[in-house]
Amino acid sequence: KAEISQQTLWMLEVRDQRDRAAFANLFDFFAPRLKGFVMRSGTPPNQAEEIVQEVMLAVWRKAEQFDPHRAPVSAWIYQIARNRQIDHLRRENRPVPEELREDPGTEPDASQILAVDQEAAHLKEALSSLKPDQREIIEQAYFGELSHQDISSKTGLPLGTIKSRIRLGLERLRHELKGMR
Amino acid sequence: MSAITHHIPDHLLAAYAAGSLDFPFAMVVAAHVSMCLECRAALEAHQTIGGTLLEEVAETRISAGLKDKVFAQLDAPVREKPVYPRSGVFPGPVMQALKGKPPRWKTVGMGVRQCIVSASEQGTARLLYIPGGRAVPDHSHNGLELTLVLQGSFSDETGRYGVGDLEVADDDLEHTPIADEGDPCICLAATDAPLRFSSLIPRLVQPFIRI
Ligand SMILES: [Zn+2]
Ligand SMILES: [Zn+2]
Repeated sequence: KAEISQQTLWMLEVRDQRDRAAFANLFDFFAPRLKGFVMRSGTPPNQAEEIVQEVMLAVWRKAEQFDPHRAPVSAWIYQIARNRQIDHLRRENRPVPEELREDPGTEPDASQILAVDQEAAHLKEALSSLKPDQREIIEQAYFGELSHQDISSKTGLPLGTIKSRIRLGLERLRHELKGMR
Repeated sequence: MSAITHHIPDHLLAAYAAGSLDFPFAMVVAAHVSMCLECRAALEAHQTIGGTLLEEVAETRISAGLKDKVFAQLDAPVREKPVYPRSGVFPGPVMQALKGKPPRWKTVGMGVRQCIVSASEQGTARLLYIPGGRAVPDHSHNGLELTLVLQGSFSDETGRYGVGDLEVADDDLEHTPIADEGDPCICLAATDAPLRFSSLIPRLVQPFIRI
């Protein structure tokens, strides 16, 4: 069925209306998963809740940086969480790319948002069809348990295959850039 | 922009998203992504894989008060960390590391200059300034080296690299990058180990100039 995901809709309400009920829904969905996520990547429980707290506050405070035309909300939160966790572990500020800003007048494009969500749904299917050992390696890679040498040398790590199935917002990025220059 | 032909390999983008890249390399990846839409889209694809895995993580019980704690801070004033934008040829992540100040170049000989942007046990990120036609001293690598062109271009045994192009070199590669004639070539280079120079003189000066 072609519908924009519930999480994306909540995030847009947070971004555009500063809607606290929508934020509470996002919290209920993501906070318990984020806690498991950062604990799996090696953070003890008490510190894990500190990171969950920081991530959810960043979701609220940096909401205007979320662009549903390019990636689903879980992708955006994933990167915030990994960055916060690394900052904690290594006491550093992770280098991050420059933000791309949409033109102030840009109209939301529902079909593009929908396309991004549909690609994410396809990705979910692709991940669930992996053999258990492949799935395990993918999880290790994206949970930060492998070095970049490991990631490049693991045979059978279907990174490229999986990635090439996702095109996401490349056209949109090109369009935005035209507006920027 | 569309002229970029040497991009970030997939395993490095995945490692960047996952936080597995040491600081100097993460800086180069962030700088390239700031200049390259292809890699920005590819990075967002990797983030989407990570996000999907995050959605599927089993829920872990959180403390009863955590939600209230977060809600109590929603309206609190925030001390934002300063964000330093791109300046001239230097992308945002480089300016961030330079804390917004212009690079302070040090001469390393033959007209070549460098500015160490960050150095720690995780490796070194440096800016290199190479006049047209000049070479970076012949060297090989103890580990990974990423070189991103910010101005001008250089060529070596593996090809030609223009603005935005990224060269990925490892232990096996012994190369002599030479700046093409014309504008000086400015690069951001990251290494995880000190460079080993092949000729005697640079090896002797290496401890002093930290190249
Ligand atoms: Zn690229
Ligand atoms: Zn080299």
